[in-house]
Amino acid sequence: MYSNSNNHDHHEENFIQKYIFSVDHKVIGIQYGITSLLFLLFGFSLMAIMRWQLAYPGTEIPIVGFIFGEGGVLASEQYNSLGAMHGTIMIFLGIVPLAVGAFGNYLVPLQIGAVDMAFPKLNAASYWTYFVGGVIMISSFFMPEGAARSGWTSYPPLSVFENGQTIWLISMIFLITSSLLGSMNIIVTIVQLRVPGLTWMRLPLFTWAQFVTSFLLVLAFPPLEAAAVLQLMDRVAGTSFFLPSGLVMSGEIVDIAGGGSPLLWQHLFWFLAHPEVYVLILPALGIVGEILANNTRKPIWGFKSIVYSMVFLGFCSFIVWAHHMFLTGMGQAMSAFFQTTTMIISIPSVVILTSYFLSLWGGSIRFNTPMLFALAFLPMFGIGGLTGLPLGLAASDIYLHDTYYVIGHFHYVVAPGTIFALFAGIYYWFPKITGKRMSETLGKLHFWPSLIFMNGIFMPMFIQGLAGVSRRLADGGVSYAHASGVLQWNEFMSISAFCLGLSQIPFIVNIFMSLFTGEKSDRNPWKSTTIEWDAPSPPLAHVNFDSKITVHRTAYEYSVPGAKEDFIPQTES
Amino acid sequence: MNIPYVVEEREDTGLINSKLGIWIFLASEVMLFGGLFSAYIFLRMAALPGDFERWASELSVPMATVNTVVLISSSVSMVMAWASLKMKDFSKYKMYLGITIFCSFVFLTIKYFEYSGKFAHDIYPSSNTFMAIYFTLTGLHVLHIIGGLVVMLYFYFPISHKMWDKQPEQFTNRIEVFGLYWHFVDLVWIFLFPVLYLL
Amino acid sequence: MSDNHDTASMQDHVRVYLMVFGALGVLTVVTVLASYLKLSTSEGIFLALIIASVKASLVLGYFMHLITERKMIIWILVMTVFFFFVMIFLPLISNIDHAGNPTQWWKVL
Ligand SMILES: [Cu+2]
Repeated sequence: MYSNSNNHDHHEENFIQKYIFSVDHKVIGIQYGITSLLFLLFGFSLMAIMRWQLAYPGTEIPIVGFIFGEGGVLASEQYNSLGAMHGTIMIFLGIVPLAVGAFGNYLVPLQIGAVDMAFPKLNAASYWTYFVGGVIMISSFFMPEGAARSGWTSYPPLSVFENGQTIWLISMIFLITSSLLGSMNIIVTIVQLRVPGLTWMRLPLFTWAQFVTSFLLVLAFPPLEAAAVLQLMDRVAGTSFFLPSGLVMSGEIVDIAGGGSPLLWQHLFWFLAHPEVYVLILPALGIVGEILANNTRKPIWGFKSIVYSMVFLGFCSFIVWAHHMFLTGMGQAMSAFFQTTTMIISIPSVVILTSYFLSLWGGSIRFNTPMLFALAFLPMFGIGGLTGLPLGLAASDIYLHDTYYVIGHFHYVVAPGTIFALFAGIYYWFPKITGKRMSETLGKLHFWPSLIFMNGIFMPMFIQGLAGVSRRLADGGVSYAHASGVLQWNEFMSISAFCLGLSQIPFIVNIFMSLFTGEKSDRNPWKSTTIEWDAPSPPLAHVNFDSKITVHRTAYEYSVPGAKEDFIPQTES
Repeated sequence: MNIPYVVEEREDTGLINSKLGIWIFLASEVMLFGGLFSAYIFLRMAALPGDFERWASELSVPMATVNTVVLISSSVSMVMAWASLKMKDFSKYKMYLGITIFCSFVFLTIKYFEYSGKFAHDIYPSSNTFMAIYFTLTGLHVLHIIGGLVVMLYFYFPISHKMWDKQPEQFTNRIEVFGLYWHFVDLVWIFLFPVLYLL
Repeated sequence: MSDNHDTASMQDHVRVYLMVFGALGVLTVVTVLASYLKLSTSEGIFLALIIASVKASLVLGYFMHLITERKMIIWILVMTVFFFFVMIFLPLISNIDHAGNPTQWWKVL
């Protein structure tokens, strides 16, 4: 996309308007994509350093050890910083901007046949707010206090007194504002800019997923913004929103007014953070749905039930949050309530996953790279989801809470789950975005090692967690006797993690190679039905389509009996 | 690039883009202030009985009552400004918008005296959880007023009037959409006033 | 609001706006006076919130035109208000539940 920088000297101003402060949803989508992929890589590197520390506690960190001071050994505080920043960056700067900012921005207008988002300037503002938030977050590493080290959950009272948190909070306020602007825009775009004939039940699953996701962001993020403001007040103005009376630190009573409650933070935080889980997974489910239908050459099985399940999922995600708080001393009545809602919310997820599995039945599947990632997503997300059930039940959660089991669980959902779906999406829509095909060989070289090493990292976490090893220990649990039986897995997991990093090389090479030397792609390389494939590849600047679009049919009319080809585009009358 | 439904309503939804947009934005604002109101109730229940009432009595009810009336007036003049545009009377629009701007300045001035009065008596956000939530809620509300004020000044000065000459309908829509935001700010105050000052 | 208002019907609107303005002013005075009544705390909260809700409905209904607004916006707001109450009351109830009084949370309200 950035290849015509050679005429950059002639049209200096033009270049900036076109590629930097552009209001074209496609350019903004690509900006989001590049920025968030870089953040994902950065978040991954933080994790690699942590994994070294866990596998070989107290030894010198190779390559980057000099950053960490004398001997290149990671101090516990630094480990805490890396942990907090890994979570924050991966979720708020990596996956959400990639799934909603990049994919949503680029594809939603195309999938509904629109020329752009409803508010193009707001769209650019949303990207730049995100960018500034990201820069502030990263800058905290270079501040005298260092980066935040209270975990991505930032539980008070610790977070109110621990170094680095102020910058974290300010950055979060930027990121939340950016998400709000972006998701507002997506909702209005989907409601208002659908082309004639594109009724709600004809919308593709990806657009549906973005629609529900945007509502979650609009309604669940503001309470976290409120909470961030309160915590900022606690740190800067000396208030006691989250600090109880008589708080004792290092053996002395802290000089504060008191009267606050740490639980208030947990409620406001998890009111966002549970819906956030669905913000992470719904776009992924949407992407996988598109790719499954396309590569099985069959209509998605149970399209309507999937759509209703997504809506129900979004709705229910607002009333389950306290399953993260069973250990706060909540009584049985409320535990039972939240445990029940949690079990109920697993039903729509299972409906969606089952529909996807059934969609495979009897299909003549094309095993190309996007499809491999989408297929791998199904069992990986399945493992992630099913291991969540014991955490949603109050009794078993008491044992498993804050162990590596939890880490294993949500990483299965997000890493081989969401990230695989996002990889699938990149491979699938790359020809549309750039007009070039990606290499299948390199794609498979990316997929298979990634799948193996993902499991190599996260599967042993269940073993460690079931043995009771706590998360967030800088030494990985060496100092605990009950951990001794399972600690040998640490080295295995860390090596898997490093290998996972290496397996991303084919992906990066593939992107650049395809961009410059890739085979040219036509409009519809996958023979797909949805509207974005009616636009030229890449779509025209500012107007997207070169013909007038009208929709006549539902989203996935593959292998219709009697039709002359095995797919009928939505736009065909 | 021509984005549809900027001026004319879409047939099946009956809406223009900006109106739907502002309502979704206001929905998120409801949740933002909702989070803070939730904090208020949470803290009030955790406080010693009578504590919140005692601290609330430090606040000046007359000042807040005047401010309530000022804000309601600004809201009414805002809707009158929009109605004037609907009746194609631009000079009246400028007058009513001017009143709205004046009202918000009065509101901010009174708020300034309220805050400085508190600080003069050594009352700070850190004094107590009531004062903490009082300053946070009203402070955030004041930020909303200031934000609105900036937009109103933009609409008051001639830079924005070109649009009225070229696309009067779109200009009227902008005022309506901004008006919705301004009424919402008034709405928040309608709840803040009894909750913080009177209870 | 549809845009085919002629000036005459707009003037009807203006009359309504002024009436609402008057009502809001009166209700402001009422709520201040009510706070001087010798009411128990819960009665006082109840009364003040009722008055505030009436004022809010007037602003929403007339200034913000909600009474003639499209269904889609109404539904978005209904959903928001639902989640608003979820966010206010569920933390409260679970917090009372922390104190070990699970079945009688409403007494505290
Ligand atoms: Cu959860």
